[in-house]
Amino acid sequence: MAKMILSMDGLVLKEIQLNKERLTIGRKPHNDIQIDNLAISGEHAVIVTILNDSFLEDMNSTNGTLVNGQPIKKHFLRNNDVVELGKYRLKYMAELQVGAGTPSEYEKSSAIRSSAIRPQDLQLVEHGTRSNVAPAAAAPAPSAMPAAAVQLLNGANAGKELDLTKTLTTLGKPGLQVAVIAKRPHGYFITHVEGLQFPIVNGQALDAQAYRLNDHDVIEIAGIKMEFFLKS
Amino acid sequence: MKKLASALEMVTSTDPGLVRGQNEDAVFADAGLGLAILADGMGGYNAGEVASGMATTLLAANFAQFMATSPMRDAESMQADVMHQRLLAEISAVNMAIFQAAESQPRYAGMGTTLVVACFYDNRMSVAHLGDSRLYRLRGGYFEQLTKDHSLLQEQLDSGMISPEEARYSLNKNLVTRALGVDAVVETEIHDYDVQLDDIFLLCSDGLSDMLDDTEIALTLQALADNLALAAEHLVHMANDNGGRDNISVILVRVRGDYTASRGWWQKLLARLK
Repeated sequence: MAKMILSMDGLVLKEIQLNKERLTIGRKPHNDIQIDNLAISGEHAVIVTILNDSFLEDMNSTNGTLVNGQPIKKHFLRNNDVVELGKYRLKYMAELQVGAGTPSEYEKSSAIRSSAIRPQDLQLVEHGTRSNVAPAAAAPAPSAMPAAAVQLLNGANAGKELDLTKTLTTLGKPGLQVAVIAKRPHGYFITHVEGLQFPIVNGQALDAQAYRLNDHDVIEIAGIKMEFFLKS
Repeated sequence: MKKLASALEMVTSTDPGLVRGQNEDAVFADAGLGLAILADGMGGYNAGEVASGMATTLLAANFAQFMATSPMRDAESMQADVMHQRLLAEISAVNMAIFQAAESQPRYAGMGTTLVVACFYDNRMSVAHLGDSRLYRLRGGYFEQLTKDHSLLQEQLDSGMISPEEARYSLNKNLVTRALGVDAVVETEIHDYDVQLDDIFLLCSDGLSDMLDDTEIALTLQALADNLALAAEHLVHMANDNGGRDNISVILVRVRGDYTASRGWWQKLLARLK
């Protein structure tokens, strides 16, 4: 179960389990979390929890609700989010070890999967950009791979450089011979795609297997020679 | 059937991923039958594997038998309403088989599976699905998800409760609202699509779609369209590079030719009488 840790001036006051579908926060005594402070509105905010996900909503409070320093109206809570109400802080801790309680019959072995979400991954997501490109909670570690490029060595475009910025870069002439360079976390790999001839690397023809490129390898595809090099 | 076999190219790839010990996904593809089936099983111990395995093998076998004995003989001359009825009936039968197995054997209790089936006939495709296994289409550079997940998250998205951006971080990803084998009756969603030359269809389990962004999938399919086996392999690699948290399964179908129904004089006459 996820929880919120209430603190003020760095002093932990309370740990609140998000065990209700709707948990209210405010100054008035009927709230689930009562914070008796004039900076807090009578009904200040509410946390709605649906299974493993929690949403925070500001109830048009006078002084507003901040999440990670930004004012919000409605916010989907993520691990380690810091909610600020006046001088009070609430830190959201997502439950990573799900599986307690009876899993519904529709639940797809969620115990296994959820425990596989390591806390450090969630950290990464939080610090990382929220771009659409980062896949889910599974944002990969920022690739340690240095940038790389190929430089054409012969032909009409000799001397031209082609940066390998995409995860896949195709090279060659469609219908004749095509190869692809895949950018993966542990290196750049060249693989034959189509055509009777296979790419040649440093004078050796490849087979159907992917080949990991080394700095300054010379590749030959459809008669065009090019050099692979790392940029650093 | 020869026509289908030469008009369609199908490849499959399935991988346990990096975290799970076993593979609970099951895939089946046969270009000659014009049939692709993908199932992502759920349930403790090996029950998930049993459910997804039953789904693909039973459906494939029943379908093949139907094709062999059907008065219309081959998939090319099949009509849409006949195909729909047949698919739904076969899926219901398999649903009952899995449900009964789960009821009768304690070790299989609660097992079930997602399902996505693509059936190609007469330059068309029928897609039936349950749960969060998906079918995507790449057509002329435009990549689109044709199935809509039966999942809690999709319901939250539909009701505007959560934005697509936030949904990527939801911990409720793996809760499906429909599945095969969990109840005595099943509400299968089925739709028809036209098929064009060089369309590429991707059937996949959430082990792929959760780990990869649509743009990455689209890029891979575009770049490697001429080598489907390599494309499937690369998709699995990328999902594993991103963590491989779940079983990853992929079926790719490329339309290489025309497979219009062969309408003899008898069919034409029948069509005119209708």
